[in-house]
Amino acid sequence: METQIILLLFVLVLSIFLGFELISKVPSLLHTPLMSGANAISGITLVGALLASGSGFSSQPLTVLLGTAAVAFATINVVGGYLVTNRMLGMFKKKKTE
Amino acid sequence: MIFSDQFNTSVVVNLTYILASMLFIFGLKLLSSPETAKRGNLVSSSGMLLAVLVTLLDQSIIDFTWIIVGVCIGASIGYFAAIKIKITAMPEMVALFNGFGGIASLLVGSAEYLNGVNQNPALLIAIYLTVLIGGVTFSGSLIAWGKLSETIRGNPFLYKGQQIVNSLLLGLLLFAGLEMIYMQGMFTENQFQILGFICLLAFLLGVLFVVPIGGADMPVVIALLNSFSGLAACAAGFVILNNVLIVAGALVGASGLILTNIMCKAMNRSLANVLFSGFGAVKDTGVERNEVQGEVRPINIADTYLILEAATSVLIVPGYGMAVAQAQHSVRELGELLEANGAEVKYAIHPVAGRMPGHMNVLLAEANVSYDVLVEPEDVNPIMDTIDVCIVIGANDVVNPDAKENERSPIYGMPIIEVDKAKTAFVLKRSMATGFAGIKNPLFFKSNTRMLFGDAKESVSSLVAEFKG
Repeated sequence: METQIILLLFVLVLSIFLGFELISKVPSLLHTPLMSGANAISGITLVGALLASGSGFSSQPLTVLLGTAAVAFATINVVGGYLVTNRMLGMFKKKKTE
Repeated sequence: MIFSDQFNTSVVVNLTYILASMLFIFGLKLLSSPETAKRGNLVSSSGMLLAVLVTLLDQSIIDFTWIIVGVCIGASIGYFAAIKIKITAMPEMVALFNGFGGIASLLVGSAEYLNGVNQNPALLIAIYLTVLIGGVTFSGSLIAWGKLSETIRGNPFLYKGQQIVNSLLLGLLLFAGLEMIYMQGMFTENQFQILGFICLLAFLLGVLFVVPIGGADMPVVIALLNSFSGLAACAAGFVILNNVLIVAGALVGASGLILTNIMCKAMNRSLANVLFSGFGAVKDTGVERNEVQGEVRPINIADTYLILEAATSVLIVPGYGMAVAQAQHSVRELGELLEANGAEVKYAIHPVAGRMPGHMNVLLAEANVSYDVLVEPEDVNPIMDTIDVCIVIGANDVVNPDAKENERSPIYGMPIIEVDKAKTAFVLKRSMATGFAGIKNPLFFKSNTRMLFGDAKESVSSLVAEFKG
């Protein structure tokens, strides 16, 4: 267990540095789509929610109920977040040079 | 046999998680240019789809009924929200979605805690952090949503003893955390009570954290809450020991932090100053002196038109006032007419203009303004003296020359768009009222400034009408 946690901390630190590198290259023009897109990514917690929601109602009713609520909220985030980002990015157009 | 089946599934699942993480990273990388951004979003969303589908193979999922219920509810709400929402309501929507991410992580953490198998202190710390960050994100985002949609008052709300209340709250949270992690039973041994207590405190903290922050500081708050929603997912990743949650959560956390930092820099303020001082609510007595600095020169539509018609380079500087007046479509029309008239038209956008990072860019993009004419202050300031006319629409503090010239001004040092250096500056404004920061703007009194009073949308529409003859 301890080794696993240490390994995950390692992943965490590297990901944060990678995130800083990636995001600092995003122009301010795209900051709003970046936020809504990042929002959709934070819906990854859906993975944890699915595991809780599918653990079997008869044996763990409470876990399943909390998990299902989490699935609903996270799915709003994922579906809504990606769709609205897509919609916004579709509006960014460059004028054709005459 | 059974063992090897499990082994294989877990290998497939984890390899797919690595692939999903790569797709998230690649998707964010593609966001660095407007030409590839849309593809980036698709790449990122396929990573998500992959991660979700492969999770369904996990052997601990024995019943899909409730998953289907949850996904159907969430997907339909998410779909309709994304399709129906007006682009002008985007700041509220982003705030609300941040909150949903937070509460989802809180629920995941709670579910893991209450099923009671986690006795390891490290996991309990992770659960505590998930619930705490998730709860703060949720209630904080709801307040931010309320302020942005003007359901609740947007003014900064300060009260006496704020610091004491906050410290007390943090102390209680620490105590509740120790109770959860070490299970000493100092307060209660009931898991429900401990969890409920922590949730309550986290919600309260989120509310108290956003309530004192005023409307114009919202870009900072939204960016910070965005970061929190990622960190909550990250903490949840430690609860269920899942690498893809940690990678994705950390990317979002880093993204939000960078945006927060950019917003603070653009206001020349520290994060602590934004969060705790309720700028604008506290009257700075040091600036009383700039009462009158000259004469205000109003101008009418006909004269404005004459000057614009003769201009060969025009810079439009939009601010939150343009969003309030819903003037973006009229502004785009005016821009096109000016271009047809032979002028070069650009839009200078300050990073903190509006209510969230990139707010003005999205509004103008929606109004069909080409993104290559949207420029940043540092691109346009060096060539400001070559610009014939600046049209300031609903912006105030971001064009205040005091930020450069008056060391006693509270906004001294903040990077601005130096419209006062242009040959002529038109300021479209309802009245002589001060901006959000509550400071007088000497720009209005400069000899090359003309004030065009009235509703921004009406003024711009009248100018459009003049051009059309």
